[in-house]
Amino acid sequence: MDYLYFAIKRLLQAVLVMLVISLIGFSIQDNLGDPLRELVGQSVSENEREAMRDRMGLNDPFLTQYGRFMYKAVQGDLGNSYFFKKPALEVIAAKFPATLELVIGATLLIIFFAVPLGVYCAINPKGWFSKFIMAFSIVGISVPVFLTAIFLIYVFAVELGWMPSFGRGDTSDLLGWNSGFLTVDGLVHLVLPSISLASIMMPLFIRLIRSEMMEILEMDYIKFAWAKGLVPVRVWFLHAFKNTLLPVITVGGVQVGTMLAYTILTESVFQWPGMGFLFLEAVNRVDTPLIIAYIIVVGLIFVVTNTFVDLLYTWVNPTVKLVGSR
Amino acid sequence: MRKFLTVAAAAALCFGLSTTLQAKTLKLAYDADPVSLDPHEQLSGGTLQLSHMLFDPLVRWTKDLGFEPRLAESWTRIDDKTMRFNLRKGVKFHSGNSMTSLDLVWTFDRLKKSPDFKGLFAPFEAMNVIDKNTVDLVTIEPYPLVLHQATYIFAMDSKFYTGFDKNNKSKSAIVKHGDAFASSNASGTGPYTVMSREQGVKVVFNRSASYWDKKSPGNVSEIVLTPIKEGPTRVAALLSGDVDFIAPVPPSDMPRIKKNKNTKLVTMGGTRIITLQLNQNRVKEFKDVRVRQAIVHAINNKGIVKKIMKGFATAAGQQGPKGYAGYKDGLKPRFNLKKAKRLMKEAGLEKGFTVTMMAPNNRYVNDAKIAEAAASMLSKINITVELKTMPKAQYWPAFDERAADIMMIGWHSDTEDSANFSEFLTMTPNTETGYGQYNSGNFANSKVDGLILKSQSMTDPVERSKVLQEVEQILYDEAAFIPLHWQNLAWAARKGIGVEKVVNVMNFPYLGDLVIK
Repeated sequence: MDYLYFAIKRLLQAVLVMLVISLIGFSIQDNLGDPLRELVGQSVSENEREAMRDRMGLNDPFLTQYGRFMYKAVQGDLGNSYFFKKPALEVIAAKFPATLELVIGATLLIIFFAVPLGVYCAINPKGWFSKFIMAFSIVGISVPVFLTAIFLIYVFAVELGWMPSFGRGDTSDLLGWNSGFLTVDGLVHLVLPSISLASIMMPLFIRLIRSEMMEILEMDYIKFAWAKGLVPVRVWFLHAFKNTLLPVITVGGVQVGTMLAYTILTESVFQWPGMGFLFLEAVNRVDTPLIIAYIIVVGLIFVVTNTFVDLLYTWVNPTVKLVGSR
Repeated sequence: MRKFLTVAAAAALCFGLSTTLQAKTLKLAYDADPVSLDPHEQLSGGTLQLSHMLFDPLVRWTKDLGFEPRLAESWTRIDDKTMRFNLRKGVKFHSGNSMTSLDLVWTFDRLKKSPDFKGLFAPFEAMNVIDKNTVDLVTIEPYPLVLHQATYIFAMDSKFYTGFDKNNKSKSAIVKHGDAFASSNASGTGPYTVMSREQGVKVVFNRSASYWDKKSPGNVSEIVLTPIKEGPTRVAALLSGDVDFIAPVPPSDMPRIKKNKNTKLVTMGGTRIITLQLNQNRVKEFKDVRVRQAIVHAINNKGIVKKIMKGFATAAGQQGPKGYAGYKDGLKPRFNLKKAKRLMKEAGLEKGFTVTMMAPNNRYVNDAKIAEAAASMLSKINITVELKTMPKAQYWPAFDERAADIMMIGWHSDTEDSANFSEFLTMTPNTETGYGQYNSGNFANSKVDGLILKSQSMTDPVERSKVLQEVEQILYDEAAFIPLHWQNLAWAARKGIGVEKVVNVMNFPYLGDLVIK
């Protein structure tokens, strides 16, 4: 019962958030520039442009335009991209797999590297390797992602010639999903962008796992475990690490949203044909329908992941009270 | 892994070579891919680059700004207002239809309807069919730039574009946004056809087997065009061998490309002028020619070219570059700080004044840095500049409002002719006629207006050139605007790709004639 109440409440909140996002997205579009400038050549007369603006309904009052937008939006139509000349949602959906695969690639890297490194640092906090990892992670946090990306391109693509410098490579069709996971070329192309994207989150997770685990290692039940004479591996991984995971999962879920934001930078450096790059290009071209659609889609992803994490968290750890339950 | 793949690919290529000896692929990276396959949808460099691949014009520019026959085999002037074009026989469109004079007339009529191109074709009255292979191009008044404009007439396949598409819309419609037949389907006479196109990701072109120009040395059978937006990534892709040919090239990466043993750089003086305009309606001081001259003399544009553009530009003293009809040899850059200070003193403004300035930061090469340099140079004559730079998307609306006292604008003449600069930048603004549309300085000189209007109907090139040179002289003496420089053009390629033979000052490489060794 609590769950149902919670779910309904979250759903209503989500709808409200989406409404606010659409309103903000729609009201900033006038400040993004003049879409007509990107649609016509420079020598086209002002009269001609004004006539086109009229035909496209861009001269209507704000509320008329917003009303028209919402009327179509509730039917699932977020307008047509000026540049792609196709429904904005269709364009975004076509680019979504590339971004998702990049996020998955980065997430896998984080899991495979941050977990062992974080655990190692917690177990040997004084060791030189731990200190090195900690120092290195500070560097990792402070170097901007586009710098990491360009550095990687120059070292591994230009100088060494081991990796491709841009793009997604060959993709194959997997049940309608245009995937780069199934071809060697696609996987090779995924390496550098994934490392760049992972480089932002990696230090955060190493530090999070380290500090959580160090805290847990000080707890009484761990001391009891040591006193019982259990083997270290059992204490570390079965007793301590399991309890470390809870906050890590929570933060991880929320960070997926942040990662989506960072894909904008990573994708534009690597010319990765995903949503983030699409968004940056849309801003440059003042492709307003596409910009608004992107904001709404990403807003939706944020809302959905946050809700999902909340539900997961309360389910994994029943001692946490549901928001709004009596 | 990559090395292994390269070896594997090379091995595969060797096997392939035995069967198809000519198969050459060009991997090309521009900063953007074409917005549409419709040659009449948007008047832009990208559209023209594409047009020269899929279509052929009546005539085209040569490297030294002359004309060479393409679909028109020859042309003769019939009278003051009429030029007759004899069309090449036996030319086929990609659809298999034969090209006739009817296709040319159909194309011309469509140009007259295109919002982007109809301005360029306003001086023309009609194109008339004489017989199956002959057309007459008729202008309203005697007009000197008939051949210039004929470079924009790319024959479209009228039968292919006639009828209705699956949405019951006319196939010939020119639609700026929204799904139109001509935006995604094309049939021309050009050297290439589109094999596949994923917008923003890549376009694959194949050489047309039935291309009429059997004399063309071009041997590239496939072109893969990938847009790479970021300059450093584009350069990295070239250096690592992922692409063969890139444009534009960021000036800061040019030494690296020159040094690399596998790549080469091809540069050329460009035709796009970068200027600053002084708004006389907003600032009363700018009405004084001495103040305008002082500002021109205070700006060290040679220094800007050297330090900021890294030598990748030509400092300018006038609007049109060398080779254009109005270019006058004596009009040189005028940096002279002493003279600038003296002029300010004469105008009684040695204490200076404060003005605002706006410039884009992603439109021209190093635009924001140039604006900053100009602003600091003006401080030497005590003019304090409050500078604001912004992305082009926001800059153009601000420019339309004339939102600052000094504004930056670059201009490339669509007709490759001097008069076009004045028509847009320095003639008295007039909303009726559209002249002076980008004259944010509100510079007004009835003599300039008169001379430009006169030049529009002068068909004697020598006399006309004198008139246009006089215009440049007046603008120079009046300091109508601040000339900065002409942006150079640059392309970079792997060695063995004969780009230097096919690139030109208009920046539409004739890829049909490209030879790969």
